[in-house]
Amino acid sequence: MPAGFSAADFYNILPELVLTGGALLVLIVDVLTVRQQRSLLGWLTFGVLSATLLALLPFSDANTVASRGLLAIDGFAFFFKVIFLLTALVTVLMSSSYIEVEQLRAGEYYFLILCATLGMMFMASGIDLITILIGLETMAVAFYILAGFLKPNRRSNEAAVKYFLLGAFSLGILLYGMSTLYGLSGTTNVRELATALASQERSALLIVGLVMVVAGIGFKVAAVPFHMWAPDVYEGAPTPVTAFLSVGSKAASFAMLLRLFMEGLPFLADVWQPMFWVLAVVTMTVGNLAALTQSNIKRMLAYSSIAHAGYLLIGVVANSSRGVAAMMIYLLLYVFMQLGAFAVVVMLRRQDVVGDELKDLSGLYFRYPTAACAMLFFMLSLGGIPPTAGFMGKFWLFSAAIESGFFWLAVIGVLNSAVSLYYYIRVVVFMWMKEEALGSPIVASPSMAVALTVALAGVVVFGVYPRPLFELAQVSAQSLGGVVAAVGALSF
Amino acid sequence: MLEITTTHYLVLSAALFMIGVIGVMVRRNIIIIFMSIELMLNAVNVNLVAFSQQWQHVVGQVFAVFVIAVAAAEAAVGLGIILAFYRNKETVNIDEMNVMRW
Repeated sequence: MPAGFSAADFYNILPELVLTGGALLVLIVDVLTVRQQRSLLGWLTFGVLSATLLALLPFSDANTVASRGLLAIDGFAFFFKVIFLLTALVTVLMSSSYIEVEQLRAGEYYFLILCATLGMMFMASGIDLITILIGLETMAVAFYILAGFLKPNRRSNEAAVKYFLLGAFSLGILLYGMSTLYGLSGTTNVRELATALASQERSALLIVGLVMVVAGIGFKVAAVPFHMWAPDVYEGAPTPVTAFLSVGSKAASFAMLLRLFMEGLPFLADVWQPMFWVLAVVTMTVGNLAALTQSNIKRMLAYSSIAHAGYLLIGVVANSSRGVAAMMIYLLLYVFMQLGAFAVVVMLRRQDVVGDELKDLSGLYFRYPTAACAMLFFMLSLGGIPPTAGFMGKFWLFSAAIESGFFWLAVIGVLNSAVSLYYYIRVVVFMWMKEEALGSPIVASPSMAVALTVALAGVVVFGVYPRPLFELAQVSAQSLGGVVAAVGALSF
Repeated sequence: MLEITTTHYLVLSAALFMIGVIGVMVRRNIIIIFMSIELMLNAVNVNLVAFSQQWQHVVGQVFAVFVIAVAAAEAAVGLGIILAFYRNKETVNIDEMNVMRW
């Protein structure tokens, strides 16, 4: 092993370097400008994220291991990094009006958004337990602060405390599991872990470690029974942060999950597959049933996002290249539908209206027809109705499960989607069939209009013409080591 | 004379970890819960260093240093968050966290 780093190592993390530099630039510019120029920071952040995306493009078909086995720069990482950057871009677009209304400190806000994105990017390409830990914490610590960003607001305080305590608790469990895996294998590299552990007998310690890693990651993706933080945090956090949290942190945690289990522990699949099977079923069912009775939109979307984590776990259970591809497709499509729905909720927040109750959506169609129509698409997509993107995503997940022989899991998934339609359609009923809610007029700032357009375009375009996305996801999924064995002839 | 093996350290760290978990479950003061979490992270460190000794390489110790750094970062942010909570609520009892209930 060569000592020190080479220039190639720095080239390989170019997007991350751009993002880090950009985040620091945002902080500096924040100090140099007066408070009235908050919108400038928004556009600067937007520029930093776009530059990162540009710097990322040359790595679309890279497949190397950088920084002495700490990072994998491959198609899998590329795909997830695109997801994170898209999420951050749309979140930043929808934040500016919210920051204005809530009188937030824009500089720190955007800086933390960029830090969280940076952490996610390292989570996606980390193939060493230490790198994954650092990525996870860079993201999580930024999110702890963001969740409590409305300092005078009690709900926001509570959200931050709950998220912090349960996040740190789950980190302890996850790390204990990781330390056990390290102890048994003598390596922290995920790929070496696979070879070192494959030949060992299955000691009780190994199983304990595995269960703890599953539980720790279960907390991060908000799988039932480790979900209790999610509804409170989603409800209390500032709405754009909730949006970013529900999409970005979930995608990053799933990237980490796939790296650890598909690359690091593929030979233990017969142990973790049943665990994820149970988690998937319980998560889908509890999430959907709890969402039925919610009157707060953010809380409803929180339970809905728990249910979606359940659907995504189906892809893990499938344990095939197709399952991984389906998860990646679903996560990308989820960016558009979930962020779109949250963008509409952010619009409801005005000077005189908190706007996160379901009744605040009443008569939205008569007040702001375009927003109501967009929301209709997002709800149909989240519910999985064709021809929206959500249908395509679910179709791929369920077909991956059936292909791997998990017929009943797919059936439970479909039944759950049917249940979920009730609460998604209820939103539509409120928008079309109720008396208009009170409060000042609802307006979309230009950046908010762009965010909504992007989200709507994603939902519609990928619902009708998903083929390029499928092809990209399939190629990317195959770069994930460990599932190579399962690669077959995949037909469209 | 009893030789101290890796197993002894593992028992110590398991005990430490369980004390931490029980502390998180039963204590009501947010600061004490946070201290219990720190106990869990330190159990991880004991584990890592013991394994590092067993394998005769330094990887586990490096890991432990990173865990300590992460725990410090979390403590800085966490105490800030708890302070913000205290300013609004005048309490650090977790049972008083009841603005949001389903």
